[in-house]
Amino acid sequence: MASYSDKVIDHYANPRNVGSFEKGEENVGTGIVGAPECGDVMKLQLKISDEGVVQDARFKTFGCGSAIASSSYVTELVKGKTVDEVEQIKNSIIVEELSLPPVKIHCSVLAEDAIKAAVKDWREHHEKKKDGSAAA
Amino acid sequence: MQSRIYMDNHATTPLDPRVLEAMLPYLRDHLGNAASRNHSFGWEAEEAVDRARETVGSFLGGKGKEIIWLSGATESDNLAIKGVVEFYKDKGNHVITTATEHKAVLDTCKALERKKLARVTYLPVDQQGRVSAEQVREAITDETILISVMLANNEIGTIQPIAEIGRVAKEKGIFFHCDATQGFAKISVHVDELGVDLLSASGHKIYGPKGVGFLWVRSRGPRVRLTAQMDGGGHERGMRSGTLNVPGIVGLAAAVEIARGEMAEEAVRTRGLRDRLHEKIVAELDDVYLNGHPTERLPGNLNLSFAYIEGESMLMGLNGSAHPNLPAIAVSSGSACTSATLEPSYVLKALGVGDELAHTSIRFGLGRFNTEEEVDYVAGRVIDEVKRLRDLSPLYEMAKEGIDLKNYFAGAQH
Repeated sequence: MASYSDKVIDHYANPRNVGSFEKGEENVGTGIVGAPECGDVMKLQLKISDEGVVQDARFKTFGCGSAIASSSYVTELVKGKTVDEVEQIKNSIIVEELSLPPVKIHCSVLAEDAIKAAVKDWREHHEKKKDGSAAA
Repeated sequence: MQSRIYMDNHATTPLDPRVLEAMLPYLRDHLGNAASRNHSFGWEAEEAVDRARETVGSFLGGKGKEIIWLSGATESDNLAIKGVVEFYKDKGNHVITTATEHKAVLDTCKALERKKLARVTYLPVDQQGRVSAEQVREAITDETILISVMLANNEIGTIQPIAEIGRVAKEKGIFFHCDATQGFAKISVHVDELGVDLLSASGHKIYGPKGVGFLWVRSRGPRVRLTAQMDGGGHERGMRSGTLNVPGIVGLAAAVEIARGEMAEEAVRTRGLRDRLHEKIVAELDDVYLNGHPTERLPGNLNLSFAYIEGESMLMGLNGSAHPNLPAIAVSSGSACTSATLEPSYVLKALGVGDELAHTSIRFGLGRFNTEEEVDYVAGRVIDEVKRLRDLSPLYEMAKEGIDLKNYFAGAQH
């Protein structure tokens, strides 16, 4: 652990969009990635409109300062984007924004995985909902 | 409150001002080489070094001439283990040590294994970090020439039953090396009571200077012989070539002199501060676990796992990175993110502490210059930071909802 970039410190000290959405909200996709044994777990929740636009995001992270900063940054990054757009987000943009050193790149990979897992979860709900309304 | 608080006294200790005073003349006026036999500059240096030998040797219950000065505990461990293995190679090649030794011992043993110079048994420790004399006895073979067990562990502070192991070693006629780096001058160390034949320690862990240490080698009953690992001018009776670090040696001896007078009282005071810190923390926080032994433990050591928050993120909240306007607190962690290898602490692993808790461990190292005011301040900051980070932790939230984390994350990708 050496020095952190100013942006990592800022996200660590003032994390954005911390928290959880109400359980069972239909338009929420939840991604939980990582493992406690590895020292990092991220929970990312995206609130997505029926049109597929990310309206809001929340996160909670167990991990080092860079992991916290990566997930905090992602919650800002995804807002207003369509699900197709957020699925295209690559970890490199997180690395660049936060100036992560090579040993912390895995934090950005985990954040990318969290986005994909959250969108996948939302799609599953959404498909079900669509099927349900079609049947009705 | 000052701008920085040092609570990492296992890593190194501040120089005691009295030690500095003792050293200054040897940095300023007495410039001689202790090996110069032909003038007063050399004589002064040699006299100082020999006085220091007597101080340290007698403090240990041994003799001054049994001290070999060298650069520190790492070199001392290397010389003890490699020196014995090489010298006694015709007698046997088996070494017994433990899984939680310092890397200076473990990697020395691994180097000997790689070169096929020794076969090494690494004894497992119990959940508190202790090895038993019985385990040592059972590991002994006809080929065993050396047992090496640390006095106290640098991460968890656990004190090993050295005297009991010493009796087994003596009964079996096997040399016994003790890496006493962390316990020396903190708890009582007497080489005959402990039954050790070689003992390693360092200056900078005892409020002395960095870059100086010693290996004590028993000269009689039994006499231990070594193969030197440093070739050159034949200093230290050929055991360690290289010009002696006279100011360092004088400083180490001054630190020992202070310990001789104050060690017992200091242990009580340090233990009091340590317990105060521990009590304050657990009074405010749940799911905090002590790593190591509850009582057989160095007075200044407190190693805690704060479940559900990762150690490096804790350090970042304490060490001044994130809060430049608050006093920076120096402690350390067993988390993978803080190690060069990106693996969680092998010591905690050896205790059977799961990786998920090893990542959350923080080591507090209290020492001579810590105050009650500092302890209270650090306790408050730790409590605040843990609460803040647990509010950020999905694991804390899940655990509070009653989710079994082990089950939930079983088979998760690392």
